[in-house]
Amino acid sequence: MAVEIAATGSGAPSESQVGAILAKHPAERSALIPILQEVQAKLGYLPEEAMCQVAEALGVPEANVYGVASFYAQFRFAPIGRKQVHVCRGTACHVGGAPKILAEVKERLGIGEGESTPDREYSLETVACIGCCALAPCAVVDGKVEAKLTPKKVRELFQGVQR
Amino acid sequence: MPAYRSTVLLCAGGGCISCGCLPVREAMEAELKRRNLADEVRVVQTGCVGSCDLGPVLIVYPDEVFYQKVSPGDVPKLVDEHFLKGRVFERLLVKSAETDNLIATQREFAFFNKQVKIVLENCGVIDPENIEEYVARGGYLALGQVISERTPEWVIEELKKSGLRGRGGAGFPAGTKWDFVRKAPGERKYVVCNADEGDPGAFMDRSVLEGDPHRVLEAMAIAGFAASADQGYIYVRAEYPLAIRRTRRAIQQAREAGFLGRNLFESSFSFDIDIRVGAGAFVCGEETALLASIEGKRGIPRPRPPFPAVSGLWGKPTLINNVETYACIVPIITRGGDWYASIGTEKSKGTKVFALAGKIRNTGLVEVPMGTTLREIVYDIGGGVPNGRKFKAAQTGGPSGGCIPAEHLDIPMDYESLAKVGSIVGSGGLIIMDEDSCMVDVAKFFMEFCTDESCGKCPPCRVGTRQIYGLLDKITKGEARIEDLHLLEELCGMVKESSLCGLGQTAPNPVLSTLRYFRDEYLEHIVDRRCPAKVCPSLIRYSIDEAACTGCSLCARNCPENTIFKVEDQKKYRIDPARCVKCGVCFDVCRFGAVVKS
Ligand SMILES: Cc1cc2nc3c(=O)[nH]c(=O)nc-3n(C[C@H](O)[C@H](O)[C@H](O)COP(=O)(O)O)c2cc1C
Ligand code: SF4
Ligand code: SF4
Ligand code: FES
Repeated sequence: MAVEIAATGSGAPSESQVGAILAKHPAERSALIPILQEVQAKLGYLPEEAMCQVAEALGVPEANVYGVASFYAQFRFAPIGRKQVHVCRGTACHVGGAPKILAEVKERLGIGEGESTPDREYSLETVACIGCCALAPCAVVDGKVEAKLTPKKVRELFQGVQR
Repeated sequence: MPAYRSTVLLCAGGGCISCGCLPVREAMEAELKRRNLADEVRVVQTGCVGSCDLGPVLIVYPDEVFYQKVSPGDVPKLVDEHFLKGRVFERLLVKSAETDNLIATQREFAFFNKQVKIVLENCGVIDPENIEEYVARGGYLALGQVISERTPEWVIEELKKSGLRGRGGAGFPAGTKWDFVRKAPGERKYVVCNADEGDPGAFMDRSVLEGDPHRVLEAMAIAGFAASADQGYIYVRAEYPLAIRRTRRAIQQAREAGFLGRNLFESSFSFDIDIRVGAGAFVCGEETALLASIEGKRGIPRPRPPFPAVSGLWGKPTLINNVETYACIVPIITRGGDWYASIGTEKSKGTKVFALAGKIRNTGLVEVPMGTTLREIVYDIGGGVPNGRKFKAAQTGGPSGGCIPAEHLDIPMDYESLAKVGSIVGSGGLIIMDEDSCMVDVAKFFMEFCTDESCGKCPPCRVGTRQIYGLLDKITKGEARIEDLHLLEELCGMVKESSLCGLGQTAPNPVLSTLRYFRDEYLEHIVDRRCPAKVCPSLIRYSIDEAACTGCSLCARNCPENTIFKVEDQKKYRIDPARCVKCGVCFDVCRFGAVVKS
């Protein structure tokens, strides 16, 4: 279930926001990834217009900017939920039961990996190790590490969520 | 400054923060103030102590009393007992796994006293956000001495004497690499620190940057001096926001203190460092891909030679080492290459940090001399496998490594010995598995990781890993035939031989090594259609033991598919096998052990 989000006028990315980020970096190729990271941090994803603006400012072909952005798992091309859920799929978490945790999160939120809830409250992704292996299995929910998860804890975590 | 009689070290590593150590700190400071002890007892927030599963952790100096799992609510009582009555607060002490005795101090705790800390000597001891604490422990002295009194040749000579080998995986001698870069022709050179830490199961690089970032900055500056480079980059993965923040702050403080920037220690040597944040690609840990990523390109490896030492960032000679490798430099400079070489084995010198996790009692970071046996790490330091289960295998080296079975528990952990049994030291991930871990499932897990992370440049890796994954998937579903096993071995050999970079070349290792030691388990999946560890969903079934069932209905209420129903006229429940999706929820929730997996 991919979530379609209607383009709303107010949500349109602001050219000046991207401009402000561009102004902080030298106009060279090596600044491309840091710039894209900042744009995403600001806007939540990489809108097409923003990538064009970056391409122009750095003098790099647009296709090239998209090529770089699409290579790295971190970059997104559609808006995401307000709270992001990253379920760890690293080795320690896998051995500790991550598949069950992921299944439970999907069940609770009613979405799959790379998707957002229809109300755009949550989006779900998996990550390869967040470095808390000693506390496996774990996930990061809205920036906070949730450690030693069990399906029960997951249920409690998302108790109020409307599916 | 008041003369403190005690210092409370509060671990604020990633693990303890997620267990809620920051509210403990607030509670502690408030309570000390309330009891008028604020001038006598100091609270210092440190990096990771290493015992991540016991968090939040407090260590009270000078007695080194070790308190575990402290909650804000415990704090008033703890302050009262420890600081006012002068007694150890027993309720928060660790219990010995064997004897049930209380362990009062860090020194008495086997998890710590068997370790030898060089890389982690400051982690959990100093406040990583305060450069003064690093300087107070002799920080930046080595850099000053090297710049004012030594030559690049001397530095490289000490490094060669130390026998230090790269900790990022390949184990290449660090002194030799530094020498290559120094001798490579070129005006402009670079120093790069690889903090991409791609092995999903290793977290020592994260802990070093979070707990002692200046040690890495100082080492990079020394590297810059030795290789005559004036610019360094640290490439950190985006999943480590705390490490990024603390390293950024450390760079800022080092600049202000004059340890980074122009004309360091009033010499002609200038050196500065910038951070680059990775963007979520495992292959970017490979050095040529990492350099491409810093240049702003897609992180795709290129053939070597030329090696980065000759042609790296923007075609210039570039020295690239791993975080843990850099973390060994300052002690080597201060105490000498010979001292470092006296630790470890003949060919593997010094210590190695292992990230101990999985089915083991004490998890966390452990630093031991190279050559320490796996048995000592698992049983003496790790406290053995919990819940009365048996040790089955240890996985080292992550997706490029292999499994070490119980018959090899006495193996010395060093580069050569691990290679002999078909595994690698790798970056130091050490995942312990017990009888409940299925080795085919583990192999499949790593192969799935490699298919996701293959950059796609060369077909053997892109297509081959997918085919291997397909075969493993068939095996775990009980759909494979015996011929598939031979096909699997052939494919593994092909991918190993013909891939361009280390990712593809090593991707088959977890399969090959589990085949080597656990062939019977593969055969059971194929021939008997059974998963002996009861992990592979297609090969297990859940049922309810009606004699044990109390009819509490908990399982039925939790089953996502509503496949559990009440047996008519009885206080018993039953699972409809045709509709069961094998999620295992019923097994987890039943409090009477009535749900059986077979
Ligand atoms: C697929 C792949 C992933 C790698 N990931 C890492 C990594 O995450 N961290 C690291 O330090 N080295 C990694 N390496 C090794 C680097 O290519 C390189 O050898 C290392 O950074 C050199 O530093 P060292 O000599 O100090 O080990 C990886 C290699 C390959 C082939
Ligand atoms: S071996 Fe795999 S990861 Fe390495 S270059 Fe080839 S396709 Fe890319
Ligand atoms: S949870 Fe256990 S005891 Fe309760 S109804 Fe289910 S099988 Fe029976
Ligand atoms: S494997 Fe999940 S945090 Fe490392």
